[in-house]
Amino acid sequence: MIKRILIILFFSLNANAALEVTIAQGKVEPTPIAITQIFGADSDTARYGNTLRQIISNNLTNSGLFYTVNEDLYIQSDNLVEKVPRFEDWKLIKAQFLLSADVSKTDKGIRLRMRLYDVFNAKEIEKLQLTIPDENLIRRVGHTVSDIVYERITGETGYFDTRIVYVSEIGPLDQRVKRLAIMDQDGHIDSHQFLTDGKNMVLTPRFAPNKQLITYMEYKNNLPRVYIYNLKTGEREIVGDFPGMTFAPRFSPDSQSVVMSFSDPNDAANSEIYLMDLNTRSRTKLTNDSGIDTSPSFSPDGEKIVFNSDRGGSPQLFIMDKNGDNIKRISKGRGVYGNPVWSPRGDLVAFTKLTQGNFHIGVMDTNGNNERVIVRDFALESPAWSPNGRYLIFHRQKRSNLDGTGGEVTIHFIDITGYNERVIPTPRDGSDPAWSPLL
Amino acid sequence: MLIVAGFFLASCAATKTDQGGEVDSASSSASSSSGGEITAGTQEDLIVNVGDRVFFEFDSSELTVDAQATLDAQAAWLMQYPDTNITVEGHADERGTREYNLALGDKRAFSVYSYLAQAGIDTNRMEYVSWGKERPEVIGSDETAYSQNRRGVTLVSN
Repeated sequence: MIKRILIILFFSLNANAALEVTIAQGKVEPTPIAITQIFGADSDTARYGNTLRQIISNNLTNSGLFYTVNEDLYIQSDNLVEKVPRFEDWKLIKAQFLLSADVSKTDKGIRLRMRLYDVFNAKEIEKLQLTIPDENLIRRVGHTVSDIVYERITGETGYFDTRIVYVSEIGPLDQRVKRLAIMDQDGHIDSHQFLTDGKNMVLTPRFAPNKQLITYMEYKNNLPRVYIYNLKTGEREIVGDFPGMTFAPRFSPDSQSVVMSFSDPNDAANSEIYLMDLNTRSRTKLTNDSGIDTSPSFSPDGEKIVFNSDRGGSPQLFIMDKNGDNIKRISKGRGVYGNPVWSPRGDLVAFTKLTQGNFHIGVMDTNGNNERVIVRDFALESPAWSPNGRYLIFHRQKRSNLDGTGGEVTIHFIDITGYNERVIPTPRDGSDPAWSPLL
Repeated sequence: MLIVAGFFLASCAATKTDQGGEVDSASSSASSSSGGEITAGTQEDLIVNVGDRVFFEFDSSELTVDAQATLDAQAAWLMQYPDTNITVEGHADERGTREYNLALGDKRAFSVYSYLAQAGIDTNRMEYVSWGKERPEVIGSDETAYSQNRRGVTLVSN
């Protein structure tokens, strides 16, 4: 359940733009940041402080753009929220930035105060005070502070205060139980929650841009159909209630429509792409071809749709206008393409490609130029973009064996430069990850 | 090799279905008690005496000659047991995306469904569903497993 943001932010954002850390394509040297103890006067606030420090440090480190300077090296051990740091002490241990914070209890709840310093220029660059009503929002505070630090230093939009919905998998490979589950982007177990009970198989969840809805496919009564899950109410509602399979759903950028595949029994169960208006429930057929058309994904401006089709003989990537006009193939390389996903920045399409016995996850320009492979393995699938367009998550499955062993499937995170791949931990196996917008 | 096995099942189906009638009459008394006997008109009967499945080539939903022979036998069997309803399941191997394989599985299931319909089976007796690559018959990441997982399976649903 995504909580409403009850956080009251009191920003004092300095007016200057991002600092000197620029991020270009290619490997980035992580920027060293020191994070002091997050001070608390009593045992509760000290515990919150420890939790927050851990969340912030993990987030920044996992981004690949920062590393936390080892605490053992810190010369100054004071609370630096109200006191100017001895910058030379921090310069000596090569911390480029310095974060200090404290937590206290007030009559309004739990208050965090934070200061971010640029060590080399010996100045404060960010300060923040926020209050939450209770400790249930502590993780959100940690992610919010991480986003502010990330944004202030890199100049890019953050992505830490976000969630990932995915398919949790358990059981033998031929009878897997697949449930919808949701967690913070860091996969922390305290944030993990199942959304469905596993009675029906679920596949391919995707977040709505409005953050409140998830669309996915479920085999209810053995009928595979597209549904919408409301995160606020927990209600599930069928969207693709036609005589025939509906699948591969994604929201339009305005969250008012779902684009999906429908295999019409009157058309030899050949799947075409349809747009379903969620308000009027009217559907529009966008493709009309004897090949399979599936995996549609809108451009962020809502004008175009990239999709997967085998109309030319083998599965390739195509782009069309939002009304189905001007269909053009964009994939140019050798191999079998699938899972195209338009980036939130609008400039790239992520995809999977099967060639020479391996799956590849890559990105290409929206006209198919400049294809590059980010990761390659036996089985990779379901790329999904971070809301800031810098990272992908996807799933990776091991080979399985005749005796039923193997086949483990896990969720991974990678910078689109191809560096900094990490596993996002899940309590069971995980597949089909999808990222929420920034909350 | 598996396709040969499928063909073998299909080719014996013609003789076995004749015996099926005998099993049917005998089973009415035997059906309540257990034992090694196969009850006629059941899934087990279909599997043993006709063949419950057909196999597909990679990324194809076209019925092979062998598949058509199996389905001819299935149609004859379904004619023989007119109270039997079925669900046809379409499946894919793991070498494709989930979504593409759902689409492919649906085309495969529909190929079987429409072949049986053209062979005279009332569509009111039939449903079809795609399971994509989500329900492999054989676990394994090699062509032996894949060739058995690219299948259309006829399930007796009542």
